[in-house]
Order: sequence, then C-alpha cells, then structure tokens
Amino acid sequence: MTTRVEVPDGPSARVRWALTDSWTMTERALAHWARQPWLVFMGIAFPLLILAMFLYLFGGGMTVPGGGEYRDFIVPGVFAVTMFFGVEATMTAVNADAARGVTERFRSMPMAPSATVAGRALADLLFSLLLLVILIGAGLLVGWNWHSGLGNAMHAFALLVLLRFAFIWVGIYLGLLVKGPEGIATVQVLVWPFVALSSVFTSPEHMPNWLGTIAEWNPVSTTLHASRELFGNPGATGSSWAAEHAELLAFAWPLAMIAVFFPLSVRAYRALGY
Amino acid sequence: MSSTGLAVEALGLRKRYGDKEALAGIDLAVPWGTVLGLLGPNGAGKTTTVKILTTLRRFDEGRATVAGFDVRREPARVRSRIGLVGQSAAVDEVLSGAQNLALFGRLFHLDRASARRRADELLERFGLADTGRLPVSQFSGGMRRRLDLAASLILAPPVLFLDEPTAGLDPRGRNEVWQSIRELAVAGTTVLLTTQYLEEADQLSDEISLIDEGRVIAEGSPGELKARLDRDYIAVVVRDADSLPAAAEIVGRVAVAVAEVDADRRVITAPVRNSVGALTDVVRALGDAEIEAEDIALRHPTLDEVFLTLTANERSIEEVAA
Repeated sequence: MTTRVEVPDGPSARVRWALTDSWTMTERALAHWARQPWLVFMGIAFPLLILAMFLYLFGGGMTVPGGGEYRDFIVPGVFAVTMFFGVEATMTAVNADAARGVTERFRSMPMAPSATVAGRALADLLFSLLLLVILIGAGLLVGWNWHSGLGNAMHAFALLVLLRFAFIWVGIYLGLLVKGPEGIATVQVLVWPFVALSSVFTSPEHMPNWLGTIAEWNPVSTTLHASRELFGNPGATGSSWAAEHAELLAFAWPLAMIAVFFPLSVRAYRALGY
Repeated sequence: MSSTGLAVEALGLRKRYGDKEALAGIDLAVPWGTVLGLLGPNGAGKTTTVKILTTLRRFDEGRATVAGFDVRREPARVRSRIGLVGQSAAVDEVLSGAQNLALFGRLFHLDRASARRRADELLERFGLADTGRLPVSQFSGGMRRRLDLAASLILAPPVLFLDEPTAGLDPRGRNEVWQSIRELAVAGTTVLLTTQYLEEADQLSDEISLIDEGRVIAEGSPGELKARLDRDYIAVVVRDADSLPAAAEIVGRVAVAVAEVDADRRVITAPVRNSVGALTDVVRALGDAEIEAEDIALRHPTLDEVFLTLTANERSIEEVAA
C-alpha cells in the first residue's frame, strides 16, 4: 500500500489540518482517561474534598467580610480554586508527554505542530467543564445558591471557565519548560501560596496591607470577585482599584495570559529537542 | 523531486552543541532502494545525524535532502515521506497497539475507517494481532519495537530511518526486528540504520559508513571494508599453557602487529599479511620447537577489528598533526 497524503498548500487547508489534528490529540487524551479511570476519579475527588474541608472543618471559625453565610462565600471560592489547580494537572500531563518517546514521533510526522498543545488544551477544558458541573451539583447539595438570576450565574460560570482556559496555557508552558520531577514538585508547592494570596478562603482585607493588595490583584481573586458579585454571594468587598474593576480584570487577566502563554507554548513545543 | 537518484543525501553536515562539535562535516549518499548502515561507537554522531535528516534537529552547516526534498526548506514534505524508529520505542504506553496505530494513522490524515483498516493490517503483519486491548506498557521489548516499526510504516514511507533498532533487545527480539528490516529492504524501501553492533551492520547493510567523532572515516560494502585491511588473522591454540611464550615468539615472527595472548584459553592471535605462507612458517616452526598445537586457523578480520584499526589510524594521524 502506498498512500501519500500531501502537505496542504493553501492557508485554509492548513487550518483544517490543524483543527483535525488538534481534535485527534484531544481524542487521545480522552482515551487516556478512559483507560485510567482512577486519575479521573482523583481529579474529581480533590476539589470535593477541599469543599468539604473548608465547609465543615474550617468554616465554623470563619467570618465572612460584609456578613453572610460562609457556605455562600466558600462555594464560589472552591469553583475558582479548582479552575486554578487545573494548572497542575495540565503541567504534569504535558511534562510527562514531552519526556516520552511518542512526542518524538509526533514531531517527525506531517501533523500541525500546534495540534499537540491545542489538543491538550481542549481535552483539559472539557474535563474542567465536567468538574464545574459536578461542583455546581455539590454546591447546590450543601445549600449554596445564586441569588441574582440564572443569566448572571451563567456569566459567572463563563468567567470561571475562561480563567481555567488561561491557566491551561500557563500549565502547558510550564510543563514544556520544567525538566523532571524537581521542577514539577516546585510548582506543586508554589500553587498553595498562590491561592492563599487570594480571596478564595479568606478576605484580603484581613491580610497585612501590601499582601492584601497583591491578593486583590491575583487573577484568581479578580475572577472570583466578579463571580461572587454575579452570583449575589457575599465576599465581593474591597476598595482597591482591582477590587472595584474586578469584572473588567476577570476578562483582561485571562486574555492577557492567553496572549502571552499560547505563543510561548507553541514555541516551546517546536523547540523541544533542538 | 531531485534527479540525483539518491534517497538521502547529506553534504558537509555540521552541528555544534555548545563547545562540543557533534558533527564535523558528515557526507552521506544513499541510493534509492538500498540499505545504508551508519556504524560507530556511542557519541560518534549517529543519532544527531538521524535527527537532522528526520527534521527533528536543526543543523549549523551543510545541506541535506531526503526523498528529493531539502530538509531545511521543506521539512513538512520530508516528514510525509519518511518513517522513523528512534532509540526508545516512540509509542503511547497507555493505549493499546491498535489504538496507537489508529492514532498515528489519523495524524497522517487517513480517514477514520482507513486508519483502523491500516492498523489491523500492520498488527497482523507484525504478529501483534492478538494483543487486543492490552496496553503497550505490558508489551515485551520486542513487541514494543515491532509496534514502533509498524507505526513508522503506516504510509509505507519510501525512506525509513532506524536509530539503533535492536538496542536493548534480547536475541529473539533482535532476530524478529532484523527479519522485518530485511523484508522491507526486499520490498524496495530505502533504509538508513544506525548501529553500534558491527554484526548488525554486516547482516543488514548494502553499504556501511563508519563514523567516529562526527566524521565519516570509511565507507564501502561490508566485504570491501574488510578487504581494506588487507590482512588475515592467524590463531594458534597450544595444548600446554607453559609453551605460550615460546609459541607467541614464533607467531610474532610472521605477524604484522603484536601478537595477542589469551592465557586462559591458550590462544595466540595475530594479524598476518601473506596468510598461507605465514601459516606454513608457523606450523613448521612449532614442529621444530616441539610445541604441541590443538588448533591452528586462519580467518578474515571481523568488522570490529576493521573498525578498531581504522579509528586507531585516524587517532594516530591526528596526534602526529597535533
């Protein structure tokens, strides 16, 4: 059998290849999950544990800035932190793949070079949609609700997914950048101070002045601030510029991150092994 | 398409990694439908050469064409005409053999049905049809390498690169891979394979390029390379280890280099030029000295000996020049 599939010449054919190749790579990631259900299970169990931990273990000792129920404060916080923690899963998957011989084969094949990273991004986005749906269910079960209408709630969910999409590209870039388990472990440790320095678990107003300012500018905080407002949940307080323009920053931060990390990721992928 | 009639052509390839010169000007010419063995020790530049020719690495100087396309200017066209089997099996460990081949088929832009059909054909051909849903992580080394080879053949590429295709395989796995390579060569695939096993190059190649320290130091058919040494080896096994020094002295008289003595096996080996005359002289001298021999034999040099002699020559020339 001699099949020759020619490299497309026109830009539209190239885009078509890039799209089909990306989808093929997405299917590969889905097939991986289908074969490793415990990975999926752990990915789902982790945010549910965080929700339970904060709601039932720490929640009793927390006061909500501006008043209100702690569960109405923490549930959107867990949404945001779950979207952020995805950065780790993405990074680990990308890093493991880059070290495998199979990446060498992908690079020696006539496929679109962007497809490997785009396929990963799409698969992780699909998984975070599933996670978000499960978390919304869990939130409703423990008595959380939105109070400003379904339209605003959907808007908030969209902002959370946009944040996740931005962190996917950060994760892909870090996954291609770090070498070996030490690099991964470093990032796995650093994500904790990153979320602690946000409005996820407690209000930045309770932090020392300058730390509070950093926390309010944290992209996790700005998306969360906007979401809490849109859900009609408590905790969207603060008087800094970042706090007052949270809805703008909930768009601007993720878009800026994508604009920086998408090209960096494609470039890092191309440079693998050079 | 190029009209040179060469499937692979490299002219003066140079590549530096920092201070280290990995390739110091490699020239290669592989005619269509032939097998070239790129033979050299670890660090000679074999893998770098393969990676450059398969578009995975950039190079600093020189020119390379594969299947008629310039590697630097048209990497995508080169990629759709080559297959590559790297040193470590480049397959997805989590997926099954069939899923792997279907995945690669899709990435070669076959439609879903053709990709699956091609996967089944190749699994059958490489004796992997009964692996079913078994993940590759549970394959043996030989099975993995055969799957790797199958993955490289999805589009039946006219030019196939094999980078140490049998490294780390047991003899049975090695024979399986050799057999597959021979079948491909018979069917007309151009093959460039690298190896540090001299026997492998001897068994599989039409032509061999010996490379060392990033340069081709000799090339020719396996027979030509062996003939280039222009010497045979005489081996004498003595019955009594005590007679080794005296026998070594006798062998040394006809040898063109120092005789090697293996005391445990009571063997003396030395290269000789006029082999039949040398044999007669040694037999007569041993008889005169009343040394009893268990065996006396003449043999052609192995590729190992060719290689060591040629690299030793190179080094001594360099030392003189320095």
